[in-house]
Amino acid sequence: MSTQTESNIGPHVFEAAADPSVVLEARNLRKHYAVKRGAFKPLATVKALDGVSFRLQAGKTLAVVGESGCGKSTLARSVTMIEPPSSGELLYDGREVVGRSAAEMKELRRTVQMVFQNPYGSLNPRKTVGSILTEPLVINTAMDKHERRERAVAMMGKVGLRPDQVDRYPHMFSGGQRQRIAIARALMLNPRVVVADEPVSALDVSIQAQVLNLMMDLQEELNLAYLFISHDLSVVRHIADSLMVMYLGKPVEHGAKDVVFTRPRHPYTRILLAATPRVNPDLRVDRVVPKGELPSPLNPPPGCAFHKRCPFATERCAAEVPPLRTVDERLVACHYAEQMD
Amino acid sequence: MPLLDIKNLSVEFTTRAGTFRAVDGIDLTVDEGEVVGIVGESGSGKSVTSLAVMGLLGSNGRVVADRMMFGGRDLLTMPAAQRRKITGKDVAMVFQEPMTSLNPCFTVGFQIMETLRVHEGLSGKALRNRAIALLEQVGIPAPETRLSAFPHQLSGGMNQRVMIAIAIACNPRLLVADEPTTALDVTIQKQILDLLVQLQRERGMALILITHDMGVVAETAQRVVVMYAGQVAETRPVHSLFERPRHPYTGALLDALPERALGKRRLPTIPGMVPGIADRPAGCLFSPRCRFADARCRAERPALFDVDDGRARCFYPLPDGHLAAGEAL
Repeated sequence: MSTQTESNIGPHVFEAAADPSVVLEARNLRKHYAVKRGAFKPLATVKALDGVSFRLQAGKTLAVVGESGCGKSTLARSVTMIEPPSSGELLYDGREVVGRSAAEMKELRRTVQMVFQNPYGSLNPRKTVGSILTEPLVINTAMDKHERRERAVAMMGKVGLRPDQVDRYPHMFSGGQRQRIAIARALMLNPRVVVADEPVSALDVSIQAQVLNLMMDLQEELNLAYLFISHDLSVVRHIADSLMVMYLGKPVEHGAKDVVFTRPRHPYTRILLAATPRVNPDLRVDRVVPKGELPSPLNPPPGCAFHKRCPFATERCAAEVPPLRTVDERLVACHYAEQMD
Repeated sequence: MPLLDIKNLSVEFTTRAGTFRAVDGIDLTVDEGEVVGIVGESGSGKSVTSLAVMGLLGSNGRVVADRMMFGGRDLLTMPAAQRRKITGKDVAMVFQEPMTSLNPCFTVGFQIMETLRVHEGLSGKALRNRAIALLEQVGIPAPETRLSAFPHQLSGGMNQRVMIAIAIACNPRLLVADEPTTALDVTIQKQILDLLVQLQRERGMALILITHDMGVVAETAQRVVVMYAGQVAETRPVHSLFERPRHPYTGALLDALPERALGKRRLPTIPGMVPGIADRPAGCLFSPRCRFADARCRAERPALFDVDDGRARCFYPLPDGHLAAGEAL
């Protein structure tokens, strides 16, 4: 566990934490929810996030992929400090987040901002673009009115919106333009990390390309780190540097993008890749047909959480939880990762 | 003779801002047992076309066509009561949102049996057995117990299977699937698409698959209709369309896919937006966004010209598909 690639992506290699380019580090994050099942039944626990570790460097993109219910959005909520994790550590620039005072939290929250999936739902329809963009400055800075407006107008230019439209309302913009507004809002406080939860999945192909280009340009210019949450593997392949595949709250494969895409070692990753529809027939992977659906997180199967849907599962998979371990330059949680070629 | 034969179909909506033509002179034919994909971005008129075929448009939608025939019968002149007998029986539809298309107040069993009662006149044990058989066919485990489940008790994928079971209940000759997998996860999407294609093959049913996802069309359809701003931009067999698109819009759309941009950092984009109610150009509807447009394109509306093995609405079809379009970037 000492090669260069591993220390970049390897969540278990903590000695290298002094690496100044790492802006965000998560260590063994867990988020458990207690849910009621009925008036007289005991509370059940949903392990929405169950031991996630990663490192994010400035100017890099970590993509988190998986199906609905795999914990992607819970991860986003934990990382953005909307909800504190149940356990685990979260470090921004090496500073621990959990257990800070309210004032310190407010300060820390400025380093991370979020872009949401639905640009129709995430912008207040009663506010002009100008007031949407200046609101973070009102709350977090001592700038005067003129300064704030100047900043908002400059940011609109930066994300490719016409600055003279600063007094318009969200409904006067198209979906792609609204997503630009959402990105502009996220950047108003000069964050170092942007968490983007399915930022392009509500957009048409041509608009999606524009927004992805904008995100990559801004990343280059501002040295932003992205935590990019998506279910679309072809988008992820385009934008990400590294990739974490999640299943029922746990990472099942995590490594550099090219490594995972060209030689996936977890059966789930292979199934996701095979299920992604391709335009080019040469790129279609032979059909590993996915069986069944995601099991209930209230009652996850014993052993490997994926074994009931896995075409390669054996008795061992039903009995023993596979640990996340390093195989062929990436982390993977499968007993038979070596055989997956 | 094609199963569905539509010539020059237009659909207009009267709004406060004026009359909006959502579908503008579409020709569409579907043969018996054929899988036709309709692709286009939002606002291209693909869903309105399918609703017009089904006869499900609201009262503010006006349908005009030169010809609209289904299985040799004229849908335009047919009395509403007769049309009602075809809809849901010979032509059936699967909608995008399984969670909102099913009635939350009734069990899935009731909703499947309703179709069979109305169209086939079944009742009692025979009705129940047919419903169970249908659920089994669409791959729902333990169908007997699922009959009494409500939609909220099932997952999105299971609900979409129920929708498909309702749609195929009366052995339709044509199934219209409007974005059937958009709300679902990729692995479930794969399962549903495989199921649709398998049912289509087994029953020799024709299938119209409406989607915005180029990959889904490429993997499923035999022939593809690309729509833009209410018109057909290009229609071709699936392989040649994706290998060598001839309309600049199709070419640009394919180039914008991340899948095609491997190795390139920036994705090629299409500038501008789909024209709306107020800014429809005089000439070719794509001309304001087309990088090959000249004076003629801006002044004159091109017709659908024959190209290779299909048709494209362009005065200057791309000579070599996306390669030409890609180079200019």
